[in-house]
Amino acid sequence: MTVTERQQRAYVDAQAADARVNVELETDEGMTLNIGPQHPATHGTLRVVAKLDGEQVVWADVVAGYMHRGYEKLAEVRTFPQVTTLVNRIDWLGSFANEVPFILAAEQLMEIEAPARARHIRTILFEMARVANITLFLGDLGAQLGAVTPVFYAFRDREHVLDQIEAVTGGRFHPNFDRIGGLKDDLPKGWIADTKAVMERIRSFCDQVEELLFGNEIFEARTRGVGVVPAEVALSYGLTGASIRGSGVDWDLRRDGGVIGLAHGDVDWKVWTHPDGDCFARCWVRLQETREATKIVDQLCDGLPGGPIMAKVPRIIKVPEGEAYVETENPLGAMGYYVVSRGDLGPFRVKIRSASFSNVSILPWLLRGVYVPDIITILASLYFILGDIDR
Amino acid sequence: MSDTTTGDVATEAQEEAPEVDEVRQGWLGTLTEALGDAVVGSHVAPGRGLWVRVSRDSWFDAAEAAKDLLGCTLFDFLSAIDWMPSPWGRYEDSSVDVGIKPFDPSASFATGVAGGDTRFQVFCHLANVRGRDGQRADVIFKADLPDDDLRVRSLVPLFGGANWHERECWEMFGITFDGHPGLRHLYLPGEFEGYPLRKDFPLLARLVKPWPGIVDVEPMPGEPAAAEDAEGGANGDGEQS
Repeated sequence: MTVTERQQRAYVDAQAADARVNVELETDEGMTLNIGPQHPATHGTLRVVAKLDGEQVVWADVVAGYMHRGYEKLAEVRTFPQVTTLVNRIDWLGSFANEVPFILAAEQLMEIEAPARARHIRTILFEMARVANITLFLGDLGAQLGAVTPVFYAFRDREHVLDQIEAVTGGRFHPNFDRIGGLKDDLPKGWIADTKAVMERIRSFCDQVEELLFGNEIFEARTRGVGVVPAEVALSYGLTGASIRGSGVDWDLRRDGGVIGLAHGDVDWKVWTHPDGDCFARCWVRLQETREATKIVDQLCDGLPGGPIMAKVPRIIKVPEGEAYVETENPLGAMGYYVVSRGDLGPFRVKIRSASFSNVSILPWLLRGVYVPDIITILASLYFILGDIDR
Repeated sequence: MSDTTTGDVATEAQEEAPEVDEVRQGWLGTLTEALGDAVVGSHVAPGRGLWVRVSRDSWFDAAEAAKDLLGCTLFDFLSAIDWMPSPWGRYEDSSVDVGIKPFDPSASFATGVAGGDTRFQVFCHLANVRGRDGQRADVIFKADLPDDDLRVRSLVPLFGGANWHERECWEMFGITFDGHPGLRHLYLPGEFEGYPLRKDFPLLARLVKPWPGIVDVEPMPGEPAAAEDAEGGANGDGEQS
């Protein structure tokens, strides 16, 4: 093992430099306000540097990288089945959804298709990840804006969803359950009835939040007309998910993406959009999406086909040479994996396209000219998970 | 994966995909017409994707053509690939490097779909969002970058979102984007040396500590050490815990 001295020194230097801050703050007139890295609105460790003129932001920048874990590099030294363990940790509130596009990309390269039952259960878990994720968003949204109650409701009801996910996969947060060619296991006994009860519960939680928050005068005053993103700007920044549907773009990869391996086409549901493009619109679209997700789960539970849950796959998985890009509509937006395989046990290169990265990259544009309290509203309404930015 | 592969679900049950994907050929035709000689390679995977390799000088024009002619206004992502096989192997089977294919610095690199002549390629994915009614279009562009001049024109004037992607690409691969408003570090600390996603940048954490996955295959007591089954060792971790 020969590591050049220079590289070793670079590594040590980098470790030392980690402790230091990596942005130079210009200092002229005006005040520089640091939000984060340890701020509850940042869902992890994101730092927002805002230069203020009075109460107005004249310039803002985002400092990411406090949690960069280098998954693209790590994936290159893992085998294909091992990568799901890594990517689970990207968006940790909707972990199962992270695994799906990677597995689908590998399946595409291997030209394997999961059996119908696996596709259905996969979609159920995919949507439950969305419910768990956005439920927390809806509760947290209140907390960001000063309403304490919704966050307790959210944690209370999300726990039931996590229990159901745990009952199938064994993990509340990191299921690592999706496999190339199907799923690891079938559903446990009695799970479907329990799940439908939980979905009912989530729907009533949505009603509660709607009454508590969305009809609330203060909430409306703080979100309506704040942080408006026009559709064309949203597109050029690559915003996806509810952030783009809140700008009136009718685009959902579950419906439009032509994704093979999920069962969204078999059920009846609706893509919600809102024309306003402000914080309220984004939050409102997410609320409706949670309801739709519970409906998708219900319908899929009713129409669950029988049969095996694994296709025939070799015991040692070698993925044939090729390149594939698969993108799915994850809780936070479009998430895709560009997988390059050289016919090895592991991928040659994995490019992870995560939703929050693009969604947050609009912040320097969006924060210009807003008032200080609105920064938090905008951060909350864009809804990002730090692991999904930093990967 | 040791999962029981139950049933005889035919993996090749789906009918043969049509060999010609007329929709994607149409997009390719549109782009070729607009860009002319700048299109140096292309690949259509029927029903899955369109890859267009353009010359480096027309990287920007290609993106502009896709935006104007195909309506690809959604900037999805931009990144790069280093096609050199890793000189460090893949680490996982042993505490020392056992690459699947031993590294040969003089060998030419195999490159992926749509071809390639250089070690580094940038690629980006653009899509349109016409949704249910309109015709969806999406295209992956690639461009070769010569080793001695790793630079390409920035897409920021076209897509604001390219800003962060190009910053990431710059710090991870050392590719310069001409016309970018500020190539600063995004993830890494300012003093960082080297380009981590290049294949010749070692994953030092793995070099100083062998992959813990191989501990799983140590022999039972009283049993002679089994022959190193590289693939079995590599496969061990995906299942347990």
